[in-house]
Amino acid sequence: MVAADLLVAQNVAFGIISLMMIVGALRVVTVNNVVHAALWLVVVLSGAAAQYLLLSAEFVAITQILVYVGAVMVLFLFGTMLTRARIGAESDLNNKNWALGIPVALLMLGVMSYVIIDGFGDERLIENPGDMEPIPVQVISDDIFGPYLLPFWALSFVLLVAVIGAIVLARKD
Amino acid sequence: MLTTQFLLLGAVLFCIGVYGVLARKNAVMVLMSIELILNSVNINLLAFSVRHGSVDGNTFALYIIAIAAAEVGVGLAMVLLIYRNRRTIALDDLSEMKG
Repeated sequence: MVAADLLVAQNVAFGIISLMMIVGALRVVTVNNVVHAALWLVVVLSGAAAQYLLLSAEFVAITQILVYVGAVMVLFLFGTMLTRARIGAESDLNNKNWALGIPVALLMLGVMSYVIIDGFGDERLIENPGDMEPIPVQVISDDIFGPYLLPFWALSFVLLVAVIGAIVLARKD
Repeated sequence: MLTTQFLLLGAVLFCIGVYGVLARKNAVMVLMSIELILNSVNINLLAFSVRHGSVDGNTFALYIIAIAAAEVGVGLAMVLLIYRNRRTIALDDLSEMKG
């Protein structure tokens, strides 16, 4: 399926990055050390940013790096270090019946893969990959401040509430 | 590039995230798995953005990134509060709401 245009540089890049992301994601959910899991998550998030670049979404990729790799990861590391007495491997990070998650995830993956392959098959993402151009930020901002202005307001309010809520929850009285 | 390959990557990451949410006991690890799920959705949105030649997918992806940042902030504040009150963040032990 993919072999037909394996020589396209984007496909090679896609394969390498997605392999990296899948290995990283598997390590995030299996590794026995919270700090290591956070660092593997950096691999996945950076790989996602690279995939966004392949999809010609430069602004989203940069936002991903700034927000996720920059801010969210620091929050995670702070959260880890503020809630744990020791740094290092732990034995009891999983639930008692963690194994139930494997069949559930595999079943979901099977159904989703079937639907995706059945629905899209060999369809190309874009007829002529040479036509893909980076989306100018101006177009994105016209979209945000035009048809999607109301969700933007709601989102601003959500961020405000989240900031206030986080301060109220986490402060010591 | 095929549409399928991006959607399949999204599906694989989504399922790994779902497994993480189900299997992990540590609250911070569950939040990380949720980040995996949100990222897989973003990949799908951007793939469809290219497929339809529309910029809407980029807008939605940016909104999701913002929501995810807010969610992590509030989630970790709650985790800190739980840790301060109970000295543990194991989700198994939080069973007061159980009927």
